[in-house]
Amino acid sequence: MSTDVVSRHSGFSLLHYAVCLKGIVWREALRFLHQRERFVAALVRPLVWLFIFAAGFRQVLGVSIIPPYDTYVLYEVYITPGLIAMIQMFNGMLSSLSMVYDREMGNMRTLLVSPLPRWFLLSSKLLAGTAISLLQVYAFLLIAWFWEIEPPPIGYLTVLPALVLTGLMLGALGMLISSGIKQLENFASVMNFVIFPMFFASSALYPLWRVREASPMLYYICELNPFTHAVELIRFALYGQVNGLALAVVVACTTVFMTGAILAYDPARGFIARRGPAGGDA
Amino acid sequence: MRAVEPPALSVEGLSHAYGARQALKDVTFAIPPASFTVLLGLNGAGKSTLFSLITRLYGIQRGAIRIFDHDISAAPGAALRLIGIVFQPRTLDLDLSVEQNLVYHAALHGIGAREARRRAETVLERIALADRAGDKVRNLSGGQVRRVEIARALLHEPRLLLLDEPTVGLDIKARADILDHVRGLVAEQRVCVLWATHLIDEVADSDAVIVLHQGRVLALGPVSRVLADTKAPDIRAAFTALVESGAAAPSEAA
Repeated sequence: MSTDVVSRHSGFSLLHYAVCLKGIVWREALRFLHQRERFVAALVRPLVWLFIFAAGFRQVLGVSIIPPYDTYVLYEVYITPGLIAMIQMFNGMLSSLSMVYDREMGNMRTLLVSPLPRWFLLSSKLLAGTAISLLQVYAFLLIAWFWEIEPPPIGYLTVLPALVLTGLMLGALGMLISSGIKQLENFASVMNFVIFPMFFASSALYPLWRVREASPMLYYICELNPFTHAVELIRFALYGQVNGLALAVVVACTTVFMTGAILAYDPARGFIARRGPAGGDA
Repeated sequence: MRAVEPPALSVEGLSHAYGARQALKDVTFAIPPASFTVLLGLNGAGKSTLFSLITRLYGIQRGAIRIFDHDISAAPGAALRLIGIVFQPRTLDLDLSVEQNLVYHAALHGIGAREARRRAETVLERIALADRAGDKVRNLSGGQVRRVEIARALLHEPRLLLLDEPTVGLDIKARADILDHVRGLVAEQRVCVLWATHLIDEVADSDAVIVLHQGRVLALGPVSRVLADTKAPDIRAAFTALVESGAAAPSEAA
């Protein structure tokens, strides 16, 4: 009997992969539904920017006609793609970094002892996180619509592939960072050193031509920031257009970050081992 | 049993270090299928490190691990499929129901939802928790959570079950229940069990033991043989004697 057992247990069909992916996405969605405060927090954050910050800055910052807009737009309309990218960045960082916490480390272990290839498990986890970010983004867009941020109806559809890409890019970045962090006391250090610099040194809050007028140096930093390109990809897609440069940068960064994260979680490279045993017992 | 049957788990010359600290030193042992083996060691002996290596959470630095002749580094998929594991920290999702947790685990092994629910029903029945399938894990007692974790580990029908200090934090009754349950699995389903613990009273006379101390194997084999070798009256005395002599001769070449 035992020899049958041994030979029976090798190789996976496409169906196994599909079942596994579905299971991971399904669990992530269930967890999300159980954590309503997380959903509320994910929505309140960009809405505060939209309702308060943007209203206050409307008079200060005028936005001239720049693509993809074919008319003068309100400041609220201008920062909406940036806020969408912010939702995805927070979601990506939170879901990836939560794996570092002890209480989530157990879930990571459960995931990684699955017999399916690790690259597939991590990619599925990223896809699941991205799917959650899509729910958040569309909920935000719905509320924003009542705030008279009304992109063309087709834009809600054309923005979807862009959101999948940017969600993967930002989630993979979070996963890469999570592999390098030994202990995470709180979220604050990542806020300070990753999220804030990436958000502010980008085209999320101000068009880059205005940044260039103020400081050419800062302009180049913004241009090098992958987050800028995520924002621009979303901005153009929301108006049914493709920004080729942004697309290229986002695809390239997604590939690099994902490859990095998968290598980082390769057991032979031992990022997990370096973190030491989670159970306290060596 | 049969000569052709490969060991359920074979570990050869396994060493592992965290930086300068050596957690495992040249660990070698093999356990036969359908046996109950206790991995006995104090906290910090290297038990969790060993489990992390067997389940491929860590990469192997030196040595080799084979599960039913599948090398864990060369054929991780085939090897991991044959392993069920209960980690020392609780790893169920507290906000999800018992059944949802089981279905998720099944999916990680490529088992579809319908089949998973059928298997979940069977394994929950066996641990007398079938009526709690829809409850959130948060609402279960510590002993019940452990039983669900064991049931989950068995969902994909592994041939080797690893348990890392499964009775820590449980009361006497729950400890005894779990121990009985797992011993029953060995007898009835021919599952091979490696049970890591620092609680000596969990060792039965019919078990095999592996005594691990400061990353080295000090003794291994059936309890009776370990007792004979150490000339000790019981396993507690044998363990104490081994640990003391092991500490006295730490530089002994392996």
